Amino acid sequence: MSNKRKKRTKWLKNFKFNKRSNKYINSYVGGFFLGLLIIVALYFSGEGLGSSGGYRDVAVAVLDKVTPEYAHNNSYIGPRLATGESPLKSWLVFELIGVIMGAILSAAIFNRLHLRIGKAPHLTDKKRLWFAVIGGILWGVGTQLGRGCTSGLVLSGMAVNSLSGYIGLISIFGFGFIFAIIFKSIWIKTNK
Amino acid sequence: MGPLYPQEIINSEFNILIGLLIGIVFGFLLEASGFTNTRKLAGVFYGYDATVIKVFFTAAMTAAIGLLIMHYMGWIDVKLTFYPKTFWIPTLVGGAIMGAGFIIGGFCPGTSLCAAATGKIDAIVFIGGVFLGIFGFIFTYDLLFSDLRMSGKMGNTDIAQWLGLSDGLFIFIMVIVTFASFFVFQKWQDSHTKDMNQRDLNELGLKKPE
Repeated sequence: MSNKRKKRTKWLKNFKFNKRSNKYINSYVGGFFLGLLIIVALYFSGEGLGSSGGYRDVAVAVLDKVTPEYAHNNSYIGPRLATGESPLKSWLVFELIGVIMGAILSAAIFNRLHLRIGKAPHLTDKKRLWFAVIGGILWGVGTQLGRGCTSGLVLSGMAVNSLSGYIGLISIFGFGFIFAIIFKSIWIKTNK
Repeated sequence: MGPLYPQEIINSEFNILIGLLIGIVFGFLLEASGFTNTRKLAGVFYGYDATVIKVFFTAAMTAAIGLLIMHYMGWIDVKLTFYPKTFWIPTLVGGAIMGAGFIIGGFCPGTSLCAAATGKIDAIVFIGGVFLGIFGFIFTYDLLFSDLRMSGKMGNTDIAQWLGLSDGLFIFIMVIVTFASFFVFQKWQDSHTKDMNQRDLNELGLKKPE
């Protein structure tokens, strides 16, 4: 078979398979625009792209609603409520509302708006959901202790050369690789 | 000169509107790059998917270089921004907890929000877990975390200054590290994808190496 012909059949084969495959934008292009977005956020608002800060604001608002006395006396969140302004009227909360809208928009365009459980094929749904909730709890604690998550602490921190961001990077990904060995069976099918 | 809102050049309503718009683009880029796919996120730790490294480091370096240029041009004073204060001990310990959460849960807070918004049930459950964790932290703060969280205080520390380098040189070194990591993680990904079945390739949106 000539080279040209080979190329054409390969393209056809890819096309056939790709009909049902996930399409994502080029990683470097996505990263480049994400980088520009960080600059825009810093230039206009002086904020980094954060996530866990908005989660905390929502949690604080819930506690303020349910048990205001406790919330105001709590030494962690009390100072935040002392200003009298609603914790929900924060830049980060509105940014997160935007994140939800933007994600839905992208998923609609790329035809990924489906109700489903994401996981490695060998893992049962029940196990996946238990692991998801445990992982979430760890993030809830870790972000409050470590002062931010992969977006606000690490990505935005790295953008401004902060030591904190790099400590976060090394710690999250460094320990991530260690835990990856321990919990390999969640993601990789191992033959027993 | 930026940043605008901290210097009261724009008002708080406009600032919050900007936040919403930035969030929309942020969410779009995360979803479009594949960060709602939990297998792609976990893939970086097992080598079969280099997407996270590529997107993450490209973003960080683009922003760092852009801000360095803007700083030299006198367009922005980074010290007036949210600039994170360093408390190295809690960030190191918190990072370890988050690293475990990443592997076990398969998301981080930002990516789980995108995934939940687009219908991933595991991500909705994950977010429930995040709130449980935050409430738990708040309730036990005095008992368990208050001393640890305030330890290792170093203030607004710039990593380049801390290492005794100029910002430009540090970023230059990081760009080299970034390119090296792209090369290594791409090779690692290729070593997996060459034997990967078509179903997995489709789900991850990857192709076999040429």
